Parts: sequence; structure tokens; C-alpha cells
Amino acid sequence: MNTDPHFFSRRAFLGRSAQGLGAVALGSLLGREAAGKPLPFPGVLSNLHFPQKAKRVIWLTMAGGPSHLETFDPKPKLAEMHGQPMPESFTKGQQLAQLQGQKLTCFGPQHPFAKFGKNQTEICALFPKLGSVLDEICLIRSMTTDAINHDPAHMFMNTGSQIAGRPSMGAWVTYGLGSESSNLPGFVVLTSLGKGGQNQPIAARQWSSGFLPSRYQGVQLRSKGDPVLYLSTPKGVSNSQQEADVQTIAALNRHHDALAHDPEIATRIAQYEMAFQMQASVPELMDLSKEGAASLELYGCQPGDGSFASNCLLARRLAERGVRFIQLYHKDWDHHGGVKEGIELKAQEIDQACMALLTDLKQRGMLEDTLVVWAGEFGRTPMSQGGSGRDHHNKAMSVWLAGGGIRGGLVYGSTDELGYAAVENVCTVHDLHATMLHQLGIRHDAFSVKFQGLDAKLTGVEGANVLKKILT
Amino acid sequence: MKSAPQLLPVLAFLLSHATADAERTVLFNRDVRPILSDNCFYCHGPDASHRKGKLRLDIREEALRKEAFVPGAPEKSALIERIHTSDKDDVMPPPDSHKSLTPNQKETLRLWISQGAQYQLHWSYEAPAKASIPQGTHPVDALVQQRLREVGLKQAPEADRRTLIRRLFLDLIGLPPSAAETAAFVSDSRPEAYSELVDRLLSNPHYGERMAQGWLDVVRFADTIGYHSDNPRNIYPYRDWVIQSFNSNKRFDRFTLEQVAGDLMPDASDETRVGSAFNRLILSTEEGGAQAKDYEQRMLTDRVRAIGAAWLGQTTGCAQCHDHKFDPFTTRDFYSLGAFFADIKEPIIGRREDGMLVLDPAQKTRFEELTTKRDRLQAEFRSPRPDLEPEMKAWETEALVAASFKDLWTPAPLSTPAASKGNLNLRLDAQILRASVDARRTARNQSDGTETVSVTFTLPETPVTAFRIEALREKSPAIGLGSNGNFVVSELSISKGKAPALSLSRTTATFEQPGFPATAATDGIADQKNNGWGVLGGTGADQALVLQPTQPLHEPGAKYTLKLHFLFGENHGIANLRISTTGEQSPPAAPKTSSPSPEITTLLKVPAEKRTAQQKQKLEAAFRDVAQSLTDLRSRLGSAEKDLADFSAAAPKCLVSISAPAPRTVRILPRGNWMDDSGEAVRAALPSYLPKTGFENRDLTRLDLARWLVDRQNPLTARTVTNRLWRQLFGTGLSKVLDDLGAQGELPLNQPLLDWLACEFMDSGWDYKHMVRTIVTSSTYRQSSVPSAEQTSADPYNRELARQSAFRLDAELVRDSALAISGLLSPTIGGQSAKPYQPEGYWENLNFPRREYPADSGENQYRRGLYTWWQRSFLHPSLLAFDAPSREECCAERNRSNIPQQALVLLNDPSYVEAARAFATQVLEKAPEPERLRWAWQRALQREPSQEEIKTITPVLERHRAMYRENPAAAAEFLSVGQAPIPKNVDPGELAAWTHVARILLNLHETITRS
Repeated sequence: MNTDPHFFSRRAFLGRSAQGLGAVALGSLLGREAAGKPLPFPGVLSNLHFPQKAKRVIWLTMAGGPSHLETFDPKPKLAEMHGQPMPESFTKGQQLAQLQGQKLTCFGPQHPFAKFGKNQTEICALFPKLGSVLDEICLIRSMTTDAINHDPAHMFMNTGSQIAGRPSMGAWVTYGLGSESSNLPGFVVLTSLGKGGQNQPIAARQWSSGFLPSRYQGVQLRSKGDPVLYLSTPKGVSNSQQEADVQTIAALNRHHDALAHDPEIATRIAQYEMAFQMQASVPELMDLSKEGAASLELYGCQPGDGSFASNCLLARRLAERGVRFIQLYHKDWDHHGGVKEGIELKAQEIDQACMALLTDLKQRGMLEDTLVVWAGEFGRTPMSQGGSGRDHHNKAMSVWLAGGGIRGGLVYGSTDELGYAAVENVCTVHDLHATMLHQLGIRHDAFSVKFQGLDAKLTGVEGANVLKKILT
Repeated sequence: MKSAPQLLPVLAFLLSHATADAERTVLFNRDVRPILSDNCFYCHGPDASHRKGKLRLDIREEALRKEAFVPGAPEKSALIERIHTSDKDDVMPPPDSHKSLTPNQKETLRLWISQGAQYQLHWSYEAPAKASIPQGTHPVDALVQQRLREVGLKQAPEADRRTLIRRLFLDLIGLPPSAAETAAFVSDSRPEAYSELVDRLLSNPHYGERMAQGWLDVVRFADTIGYHSDNPRNIYPYRDWVIQSFNSNKRFDRFTLEQVAGDLMPDASDETRVGSAFNRLILSTEEGGAQAKDYEQRMLTDRVRAIGAAWLGQTTGCAQCHDHKFDPFTTRDFYSLGAFFADIKEPIIGRREDGMLVLDPAQKTRFEELTTKRDRLQAEFRSPRPDLEPEMKAWETEALVAASFKDLWTPAPLSTPAASKGNLNLRLDAQILRASVDARRTARNQSDGTETVSVTFTLPETPVTAFRIEALREKSPAIGLGSNGNFVVSELSISKGKAPALSLSRTTATFEQPGFPATAATDGIADQKNNGWGVLGGTGADQALVLQPTQPLHEPGAKYTLKLHFLFGENHGIANLRISTTGEQSPPAAPKTSSPSPEITTLLKVPAEKRTAQQKQKLEAAFRDVAQSLTDLRSRLGSAEKDLADFSAAAPKCLVSISAPAPRTVRILPRGNWMDDSGEAVRAALPSYLPKTGFENRDLTRLDLARWLVDRQNPLTARTVTNRLWRQLFGTGLSKVLDDLGAQGELPLNQPLLDWLACEFMDSGWDYKHMVRTIVTSSTYRQSSVPSAEQTSADPYNRELARQSAFRLDAELVRDSALAISGLLSPTIGGQSAKPYQPEGYWENLNFPRREYPADSGENQYRRGLYTWWQRSFLHPSLLAFDAPSREECCAERNRSNIPQQALVLLNDPSYVEAARAFATQVLEKAPEPERLRWAWQRALQREPSQEEIKTITPVLERHRAMYRENPAAAAEFLSVGQAPIPKNVDPGELAAWTHVARILLNLHETITRS
């Protein structure tokens, strides 16, 4: 199904170009610099609804469900009540995951909090480096979600729906805005494992294009093997041989087009060209050895280590190269047990890297038009699970945003005194999506595609609010 | 029901006519409903909860009651006034809806009201009308040409013969024709040559595979459960059932019944039950913390959506939370439809059951043989044996000794159990080490069935003169984990820390299987399968091994480790293990009989004459488990049980529908919230807005649902199915949105044609092959797909059918085509899903458990694409690149994208590199120079290369030749991709260079396009 009329006209355009100019000219057409010129892959939104504050998004997914109580939401009262029964007024009739039907006991924060930034905002003391750039960050302590199991919760966070088959936010954004990169995909996904062994599975549907055309799907860049699947030329085939074959395929396809008059043929030729360019551009992108020692030191990573820190550095390189939506998954936040040690490990893995990403983007003048989002798929219970951990929880979670027209140094919303439920400025995943789209210049409720009889939107059918108060 | 509208006289008025024409007749379904549905029904439609101003415009009487318009008098109509006003508060649609009407749409509404504001039932809810066809004309052509005359387009000429045979092959069996078949067809000028070819292809066994592909999408067939861990389940026999159903031309009504209610049919059989696996194709989860109610709801909604997508062409998903906004499908309809499936027996959370054995006749015979043998031995074992009475008496005495023997021993506390391979799962339970076979590793062929178990135990305060290792039955079926209840201790050792193992002076056992003596467990030989202590024949009773160390030990609290090697394989480990020690001065050997259980010991102490019948029975059973005279019978029984269990474990199995006597209660969930129990409980019921005479006033079952789906009065099913078939044969459905024939779908441009097909389908007795034959023998189907400039501008998307369409092959067929051209393709139909090469680490994000992807070897590496292992969360990436759906949801229509990943797959995926090499090998072996290029073109494209093409390819071939002449190592490397053998008598450089030519041909747009 292709419901997108622009898709056809673009194909037709490319078709004419290809026939008129020949493949070499087409190659240079695709390779054109982005600044001020038409995008290599334009989006469907020719006129944006709002002034565009953010040109691209870097979304840091902390997969597994980070505990807000050991990261960004200080709860002294919970510490006081540690070991006491959880007051029933909080939990009666509520949706829990593994704790459903069990005795509920308060479980105090496992790490101290400390004050950072000009507003002396309290965050967990395990994140001092992030604390050092807290003035760039808007912390939302009142996020909620609909789902409490990993898979549906990721789906909800990524697609605004718990039903498989919807486009992910990266696909929506690339579909709407196109991409500035001619030789990299518009939507790129990187994953990294944590050392704690709680690495929940992540399905490829999380970066699927759903019912949107497949070219908007996220392309995973892998740290081991081919960074993009099937990227490497077969062994025994040199680069120039590959190029010769690609050119011959194009030439034969053009001969065929003279008889078949099929606009798909021109697109096919262009896609082979793009694929061939990716064979060079992706390895170049992935090669962190070209980064200076200072850069590697800032992030705290080694080339090829596959770490979250490396991925943050790659995210910056992708952003520089015009990629529209960059999503990082860092796993191992599922602390049903051992949340104390688990969070320590996670802090080691992400604290410096997140700081480095924001610092680096800022130094390069890119933070102002790059929206960075840090979020898990849900929060965790203030009640103990098994005496050392916390269960999944959807009534309260902390997320943060930075750059891209977001007010730094702000804390938005709050949870109740035990961190059980968001109570002030309660926001939803749809609100977060709406706000992101707003910063990209898109009106969330006017950005839809007909699917199964509905005007399907990233922000769903229930309605959503742009979080105006967190915008500059 | 209103009668079907006669659209034919007015079809001349095109939707695209932009000018307002006072003369034109406005039709509600064609002209007005789309405007109202898009712009008004959201607030003034079927969904009561969203309705504004209590006005609904989808029902004429309601609209009139609220005075929305005055028929015949647009100037007096509120509707017209509201759409034209400039008052922001009054204008419709309101500004905050982000909807607006074009002047043409406003004019259409005005005309409609001036012509009387007549309504029609939504087109697809009216019964299809079968147009009468002029004698001697092909019905499809008659209806298409009628439409073409009206819109002023001319039919394209017939495609050339080579295109026709290629088109037919790809459409009907999904494989390209051979050069010879093409040549024969091209030169066969007999008028019946075409229809004969069609008949030949319809009876080709690959026809079923080709047709199955689309059905497997729409019912979301996959090998894995979908959610979270996305683990495998047994389901592939259903895929084969679909293939066979198409091949045998099972009538579509029967096909439907077997899927929805194959278990409930009066003539239910294994075959119909496999069909009923349809109900099990849903997603499920094994995630810890998943809530049953949550997933019960997910499963219900999944099933309702599937019925909507596969049969009704209705989008039902939104009615999970609210009444459909555009169609009359209500939340009550949704849950009532879901209630049909509430009887299906299944775990809501967790691993699926193994499913039903699906056996072919030979397997069935074998299964019956094995069962009979087991039953016969069992009967023999249980038959009265008065001759054994003396032996039993003797046993009673021995058993009491053995029971007192028990008192000598003190169980040792156990700690840190470990299974080195993970093939067994271990659990400490007080002083017993319990083991079970890791079902997942076994299911995935990751377990070799062997294991080494170690466990640490603590020595008592008192001296130790002997150890006893017991294998206890407890609640297990037997004391061993093998399918016959046996275990084999290949070797064991007891040691402290890293010190050498204790030397043992004596090893005895309560029971020894012939050929598997106790001493074999301590003979230092650990690497021979048949060397160890086994207990077949004694697996029903507790058995023990007594080990006497050369030197007594006295090390209170010291930790020793017992290591047991179970290397026989087939999971021959001990189910429940206990270690005890004794300090007896001269430790006894193991008694000749196993220690009786406490219950039996008690019974033994009851004087014979005072025992009740039941007690006697129990004693007798205990005796038979250990009786010396029955050892041989017991081992034969054990073997028979093992053979049966092994056979069943390896046999194909399939999840099927089983109806539970007490169905789950289904409630309407307010706003779809599964936490909310306040909704009304509903019974199974058919959608309220569709005709259903004969289904009233009784409790309905899945069988009723199935019968109604293919009931003549159901206006949707036949349209939905033929519309999908049309898409397969022309590239686009007659109604474009395949999964929605409802208000938000598309009124077919040629409704008489779709309706004729639907009626013909039903009239033919739901004969699918008849429908395929009817369509492909039309001249409409046989047209050329090359568009003229005029056609491109008048009808860019080819909706009017004045030509055929060219479109890329589906993902599976891209693969099949390359394999067929290369000669590698396996012709096998059906069987286990196959695992073609896949990039290493592609499954790295799967967990619980982590998984390897072992690519298949041999023939299975070259199976058709539809047999590819369908891992929902990580579908094989080369299929995914060509838009194969993950099948997490029903998919009526695939994308047809054109993306760089496709180029990467065709250029670099080892499957395609290997296919190119095999193709090149054929070129070199089968064609002498200078025929090679011609032969290659014929093979891949069934046509001659043009001079231009030869001029383009020749220098490239030369260049690669030169390159490999200089660098033979590169040639060898290139040729080493894939498992297919490299021919010995071919010059590697030449083969490598030709592999490039082959590769270029496999990458051509034309090769992967059906035109």
C-alpha cells in the first residue's frame, strides 16, 4: 500500500531526471549538499506548521525501564517509610506487573541525591557528570505510560500504539521531514548492551515504518559484523569491481526502461547508487579512529567497543551528516532485583556519555537545533520486589529533554510523596510525541496518514498536548 | 435490505469531472458518502460517544429528524448553510478538525440535496449483483470494456508470448519458466495453447505454494509467538495445510470452515484440526509479569481483527475502544465477535503446548505399531502372575532389610549445583537435587542430550565410611530423565576442592541394567556411550549406588563435590538425587533390592493376613517394579515406552483449536480497558449490521461463525477474497484498500466487475481455481503492461485496466527466482521451516533465551522463500528488505517499496552470491562459446540479449576476467561463498568472471519484475 501521492510524483521526477541526465548526473544530484538546497529525500510536509526549532532528534532509549527513584526523582519520604507496608490508598485496584496480588512494602531510594545546576536540582548522586550539564536539561518527573510489559511499552513509546504494525516515531519524522543525508538512511538505530545481564529483547518492529513506505524504516547500525546488513561487498570482489557491476546493472536497466517505460526503473537505478555510496559512507561514519583523542576521552570510549558511549559519539557523527532521527537503545535497566548495584553499573555506562553528547553538540553549535530525549519505556515501583529490586510501573517515570528549543534547567511536573504516581503536570507519551513534533515544526494533530479507515497519527486518537511550558 | 443500486447507467459521470454540472446525477455511495465520511461522520456518524449535537448524518431519517437538510431545497438546508458560512463558530467542518471542503465537494452536496438527498446502504453491505453478460463475451472483458468505453480509453494490445508465459508462471506458480518451456509456448500457435498452459499451471504442485503466500500474510502465519522473547511454537503443518488446500482446490467455504471451526465440524479429522490452527496464529507472550487479563484481551482483539481482515474486509480494531466512527460496527459487535473464540483451550500467558501430532500415513502406521507394542507389554506387565508368589515372599523379607538399611544413612546438606551445559535445569529442594530437561534447548536442537552435573555436599561431624547416591522417583514419572525413564551414570567422582578424586574400594548398586553395571560408573572410562551404570528395568523404584572410599574420612563440615557425567545422551540424567553418608564400621554393600518407600515399608510391616485388598495391590505393584524375574519384561517395556516417546518428540506437531467445555466470560471493555470489569458480559453474536437470517435465537459457536462467513447472504467475504485475488493478478485491487471495504475504503471504480466476480465465486461453489482461470483467460489479463504516453497521463495508476501492470516480485519470489535460475532451488513442498544464510548477530537483540541462528545445510538451504523461518520480531532481513511483513498483524496488502537495502541484498547476501556462482557454473557447463551470453539471458529472462546489452556486458566480463587472472586468490575467495560445491574441471578465474555476469543478471530490474 502506498497512500502517499508525493511518492509517485517524486518517482516520476527522478524518472525524468535519470533518463535525461544519465546515471553520473543522477549520482551527483543525489550527492548534493543539503544546505539551502532541496533535500535529497524530501518529506511529505512541504510547508511546516510551526517554525522549526529542532532539525533532528537523538532519542536515548533506556530499555528495561529505569527506576526514577534511583535517577531523577528524589523521595525522602519513601526513604523514611522503607520496610513499612505500602499504604493501600496508593495501590488499591491498580495495574501491577509481577507484584500483582503480592504484599507491598515501601523500598527506599538506594542511592543518595545531590544538588546540581543553577537551580540546585536534586538528582541521584551517581550522575555527577550529567549533573554538570543539568542547566541544559529539562527534567520531566511526571511522565506516565499505558503499558507495563516491556514489549508493549516500547511499542507505545515508539509508535503511540500498543498494536504492532504502526510506524515508529523515527519513521513518522523522516516521512514528514525527509532526510538531509544523501548517502545515509534518514532514520538510524544503534543498540548497546549493559553489563548487568538484564538485557531485555528488543524487536525490530520498534523501528519499523509500519504502514508507511519501507524507506522510512529505521536502519540498524551494528557494532559487530556489517554495520548495515549486507553492506560488505562479497569477498573476492574489489570495490572497483563492485562499482563496475553496479554501473552495468544501471546501464542494462536503462536499456530496459527504453522499452518498458516503468518509472520504478529510474528509482531502482537511484537506489543502487545510494546502496553503493552507503558501502563507502557507512564504514567511514563508523570509523571512530578518525576522532581525536580528546573526543574519545570526552565520551570515554574506544573505537569499536560497541558501548553506549561509542554510540553517543556515533550519534553526533550521524547528526553532523544530516541524519534526521537517531535512536540509541541502551539495555539492562530491568532491575527487578539488585537495583542498587544495577543502577551503579548503568551510571558508569551512561553518565559521562550523556554529558559528553550534550557538551559536544553544544561546542559544535548543534545543540540548539538537535532535540535530545532520554527516556525508558516505563518507571519502577516504589515498592520492593524481592527485597532488592523494583517492579515495572507505568504511573510515574522520569524523562529528560535537551536542546532543540527546550528550556534547560527546568524541572517539570512531580510525583506524589512516595513516587508512586505523577500528580502535578501529569503528561503522557502522546504529549511527549506532540512536543517533539512541535519542535520539529509539525502540528501533531494535522500530521496523519489514512490507515484502516482512520487518520492514523503518531499521537493516537485520544488527543495530546504540546508541553508548552518546557519550550523556550 | 434495500435492493442493489443500479450504477451502470450513470458510470459515465466520472468522479474526476471537476466542473459543476447541473445535469449530473449525484449518487450517494459514489459521490456523497466519501465526503460525509471523511469530513462529517467523525462527529455526526455511528459513534455515539463522539457525536455532537445529537446529529447523525449517516442515517437519512436521523438527519431529517434534526432538520439537517430539506430534500429538494438546498437553499433551505442547514447543512449547505453551515458549509458555506464564514462564521468561524458555525462553519462545518469546524476549524479545529483541520478538515475543509473543496468547492467541488460543496457543490456535490448541494446537487445531492437538490436531487432529493437520497441515501444508499454502503455499497459493500448490499448483496452483490451479477451483471448480465452478452452471449459469447468473456465476462471480465465485457465489464472492463464497458467501463473503458465510458471513460474513453482503449484496451492495450495483447502482450507478446514470452511476456505472457513469464507472467502466467510468476502469477500462478511463482517461478520463471525455463527457456525451453518459453520457446515451446512462443512457437505454439494453436488457439488453445494458452488455456492449456493455464490448466497445466493450475495443476502444478507449486500453484499451492504461490497461492498460499498471500493467505499466510492475511492470517499472519509465523513460526514464533511474537511478543517479548518471541520463542518458537509448533505451527508449520498449518502452512502445509494451506498449500495442500490450494493444490487440491478445496472449496473456499470448506477452507473457511476448517480454519475457524475445524475441530467442531461434524466430520472433523486430523486435517480439519490442522486447519483450525488458524485460531492459534495470534501473538502470545512468555514475559514474566504479564497479566492474564491483559493478554486475554489482546488475544481476543487479535482474533476479531483477523476475521475482519481475512474474510470481511472490515477494519474492526477501533471498535475495541469505541463504536466504529465510520462503519456501523459497534463495540458490542466487536466483543460479541470475540466471544466466538472464548472456548479455545490455551494458556493465556507462557509457553504454548506442543500441539497435535500431525502424521502422514506411514508415520501413522508406525505410531500405531509403537503404541500397540507399548500397550501389549504394559498389559503383560500388569497381568496376574501367581507363579511369582514365592519370589514376592522373598522380596518382602529383602525389602524390610533394605528398609532398615536406609536407617544407616544420614542425608548430606547440598549446595552450589551446576550443570555445565545447561541442557538440564537444576534446583535444590531441601536435601534433594532435582533436575529437569531444558525444554527450550531441546526444542531448538541446541541440546546434545548429555550433561555433567556437579553438586557440593558437607560432611557430618561423625566419620564417613561410605557414600550413598540415591536416584529417587518421588513425583517424577521415573527415576531417570530419559524418555524411557532411564539414566546412565557414565562416570562419577568425589573430590575436595582441586584435590584428586577420592579413591574408591567398592561400588555396588540396588539394581543394575544388564550391560550397565555399577562398577562402570567408577572405572575411569568417561568417554564411551555404553559404559556406565544404568537402571533400565528398575526405573520405577528408587535405586541407589553405594560407594566405599579406600580410607574412611573424618572431616566435620568439609565440603566435597560429587561430579556425575551423563554422557549416554538422550537426556539420560537422574531426576532426583540425594547423597547420604554412613559411619558404620564395616559399611554394607547395597542391598539386592532397592529401598522401599516409607509407605511400602509400613505396608510390609502389616501382617500378610491383615492387609486390605488395596494394600495388597500396592505391595504387588511395588514388587513388580523391582522383581528379578520381570527385569527383562521391564526393560522391554521401558524400551517400548522410549521408542514411542522418541517418535512423538520428533514427529511434526501443530497447535490446533480445542474447544473447552466452559468458555471464558467475555465482557465489553469500556474504552478497551482490561482493568475495567464493569462492562456487560456478551455472548457470541454476528455483527448487527449485516444480514444473518438463520442464525437467530440460539447459542452460536465458531462453526456458526464460519458458516455465516461463507453464507450466500454475507455480502463481504466473496468480494474481499476476489478483490485480493485481483490484486495478485493486476497489482491493485478493484477496490484499492484491500483490508477495508467499509466507509473509509474505496468504492470500486468498476463495481459491476467486482460484484460479478464475487457472485461467480459463490455460484461456482467457491471454486478458487475457477476464479483464477476465469481471470487469467480474459484478454484484460493478457494485455501488454507497457503504457502508452496517453495512458500514463490519463490513468497513471492503471485503475481503469486499459493495460496490465508491471510490478516487482514479492520478497519470497525474488529469492525463488534467483534459486530457480541458478538451478539450486529445492522442489520439495512443505515441511519444517528453513533457515537460509542470515548475517551473524542478527538475532542479538533476542533474549530469554539468547539464540544462535544455525543456517541449514544441504537441500534445506535452497528452499522456496515461503518456507523461511518466520521469526516475527526479527524476520529474515533479505525478506524484510523486499517488504515481506513480520506477520505480527494480519496483512492484506504488502508494500512494494524500492529501497537501497534491496540492492545490498541482491548484491551481497551470500544466498544471491552463491546463486550467481551456481548460475555461472551452468552457463559454463551447458553452453559453449559464443553461445554463453545468449544462454544466460534465456535462462534468466527467457529472451535474447540485444546488441546493446551484449555491448554493455562484454567489456565488464573482460575486465573481471583480467582482474581474476592477475589475482587468482580473489577468484577462489569469491567462489567460496556458499555451500554449493565448486565444480573441479572449471577454470576458477573464468567461473568468477562469469559469476559477475550472472550476478548482474540476477540484479536486473527486469529479473525481479513481473510485467
